[in-house]
Amino acid sequence: MHALANPARFLRLARPATAWLLLIGLVFAVAGMAAGLTLTPPDYLQGETVRIIYIHVPSAWLGMAGWLGIASAAISQLVWRHPLAAVAGRAVAPAGATFAAICLITGSIWGRPTWGTWWEWDGRLTSMLVLFFLYLGYIALASAERERGGEGRVTAIFGLVGALNLPIIHYSVLWWRTLHQGESIGLTGSTIDSSILWPLPLTMVGFTCLFAAAVLMRMRAELAEAKVEARMRRLGA
Amino acid sequence: MNPWPFVIAAYAAGIGLSAALIAWAFASMHRAEAAADALKRK
Repeated sequence: MHALANPARFLRLARPATAWLLLIGLVFAVAGMAAGLTLTPPDYLQGETVRIIYIHVPSAWLGMAGWLGIASAAISQLVWRHPLAAVAGRAVAPAGATFAAICLITGSIWGRPTWGTWWEWDGRLTSMLVLFFLYLGYIALASAERERGGEGRVTAIFGLVGALNLPIIHYSVLWWRTLHQGESIGLTGSTIDSSILWPLPLTMVGFTCLFAAAVLMRMRAELAEAKVEARMRRLGA
Repeated sequence: MNPWPFVIAAYAAGIGLSAALIAWAFASMHRAEAAADALKRK
């Protein structure tokens, strides 16, 4: 990670990586969604609505992974003073917020025909909604701190404190057995039949690559904006 | 209850928001890098 501390070296890697991530992400996401919509059988209980998992599960994973990225960037910034850590944290936040929103919306749409309700103040749903609001708070705080010319330390601390919500989201289905079903996919296996499960890794890889591409593009934008600001300051001096 | 309107709505929301994110990130990167290049040429 310290090898990427130099913005010029980071940009040399980020430029080709952005294009490759976009291409791979598009191919995998489209293939996974097309397979999920047309090639898999309906579930014996949920029927056709099970097809929503090919979007809902990757967005839930990326909503949570995004905040893990923010927390890692915060540690890099506070402990090692990595010069790109604050930029990375700010770049991850809009992508994480988008996927947390997709998770909430697709979950709600899935809930109406399956549970008979759009929304329930269940542990998993509520903690995911809290994550979405944490993203909005992080974006607002980062923007305010940047306008004031701060180093982003308060934002980094907020990112670390917000990470406490991640285990709450993960274990919510065990701690509060309300409406959301328990873990369907674990490290050792899945309760979902393989005939339904197989397109899920495709959309997981696809949306993860698109998420990474969005983060790299935001980082490149921030670095270019910083370059313009620095040059304008020099010209004005 | 016909499930397909729900499936289509979920896919439309997922694809639409992801596409909007990518388009916004690309536009902001393109704008910022073009401004930086223009300033370098001056």
